[in-house]
Amino acid sequence: MQYLISVIDDETTSPTPAELAAAGAFNDRLKTEGHFVFAGGLAALSTATVIDNRNGEPVFTDGPFLESKEYFGGLWIIEAPDLDVAIKLAAEGSRQCNRRVEVRPFHSE
Amino acid sequence: MNAIDVREAITRAHREEWARVVAVLTRRFGDLDIAEEAAAEAFATAVERWPTVGVPPNPGAWLTTTASRKAIDRIRRENKRDEKQREAHMLSADNPPEPPGAIDDERLRLLFTCCHPALAMEIRVALTLRMVGGLTVPEIARAFLVQESTMERRITRAKAKIKAARIPYRVPSPEDLPARVFGVLAVLFLVFNEGYLATGSDTDPIRQDLTAEAIRLTRLLRALMPQDGEVAGLLALMLFIEARRTARVSASGELVTLDEQDRATWDATLLAEGHQLVRERLAAAAAGVAPGRYQILAAINAVHTCVRDARDTDWAQVVTLYDQLVRLDPSPIIALNRAIAVAELDGPHVALAAVERLEDELAGYHPYQATRAELLRRLGHSQQARAAYDKAIGLAGNTAEIAHLRRRRDQLG
Repeated sequence: MQYLISVIDDETTSPTPAELAAAGAFNDRLKTEGHFVFAGGLAALSTATVIDNRNGEPVFTDGPFLESKEYFGGLWIIEAPDLDVAIKLAAEGSRQCNRRVEVRPFHSE
Repeated sequence: MNAIDVREAITRAHREEWARVVAVLTRRFGDLDIAEEAAAEAFATAVERWPTVGVPPNPGAWLTTTASRKAIDRIRRENKRDEKQREAHMLSADNPPEPPGAIDDERLRLLFTCCHPALAMEIRVALTLRMVGGLTVPEIARAFLVQESTMERRITRAKAKIKAARIPYRVPSPEDLPARVFGVLAVLFLVFNEGYLATGSDTDPIRQDLTAEAIRLTRLLRALMPQDGEVAGLLALMLFIEARRTARVSASGELVTLDEQDRATWDATLLAEGHQLVRERLAAAAAGVAPGRYQILAAINAVHTCVRDARDTDWAQVVTLYDQLVRLDPSPIIALNRAIAVAELDGPHVALAAVERLEDELAGYHPYQATRAELLRRLGHSQQARAAYDKAIGLAGNTAEIAHLRRRRDQLG
């Protein structure tokens, strides 16, 4: 079963070298233990573009799809047998990258 | 067997067997929804059949078998497309009877799943009462003063989360167990407290259905985890409080404080059971097992309930126990309760100073204002006391407490 661990970030901080290194070490651990699927950090919110092509005529909007104090700063996709394991890994991820995180399962059908 | 006996047998079976049936079916079919609905159908069938064919010799086994059949019928009805796969699964999972003790494990699994930390507290409470307690959704909705449809949605959403996020159906591993047991105890104590200090102007000040249910579930947990000191502690605490229930509200619906209660009306059987549990924990503490918060709270209640007259209370012992509790849990509410005991030991002056240090954190908490009011009264500061009573009355939600506070305020010169 796959879970998305979203990193919750805010405008006041950007990751320090120490936080990035800790997150890297955590990735290595996920790989060793067979949980790693994918991980990545996202560039600044100001780099986002929203595209709406629902009507066949793409409309581009500069900036993120919602304005909020907190935003999606990066992610892990992990493989875990159940939520208890996922929560434990997410807790470790939160400590290593020094951010709050959210865990959510992917649809499993 | 007459109709009344059959009805009693059904009520007893519901109380004793509901959690087992739901737990065994959840294990077998891996789905809380199917387990719950099949269990409900099995009990409905019992209501229909037992009056004519008689109560079966082993009601638990009869209900489990009937519920399993209902579940299989439902799965067949609803899953035509992967029928073969389902049937294969049912064949492999259906057969062997559980070894002795396994049923207890099943119920424990069910309780830990309903109290999983990834679920909101109010949802854990609702799910525990439904799946483990067997209360109906309307009953739970009434208990927590929400619309039936709201409660139905909450429970449905919780079951969907358990399934989709794959909250595991198991007793936590030994290293996680203490933290998870604490979460389960918090759910049970919340149910108890909602019964004991019911909120709302239209409800009874004490909801005995809820206190009784909380005690029943805690007894069940105690039977399943006899070695856990905090489970014993919470059970003892609930028994002590429940024992004083009838003495706690006067005929006119007013709260009667501990020092004014008619101790002859306390339930001696419940008290004896509570004291026995506390003695057991004291022996464990003497052997070096540090007590947790529920055990200390139970010990405090044991001190209060071991004397015939409130004036004989060993307040030094109570304060010592609160000191121990403050070290474990330095919350302002514990500090407030400690100050109440300090008032008896060192006088209202010392206690008031300790209480007023908690102003910033507790100004909006009615027991804070009520305690302050009592201390100010004892020090002769009538005007300040009156203002504090008014604040407490404005903040309180329990009808018996409000009646008590009004009378105390109106007695001021």
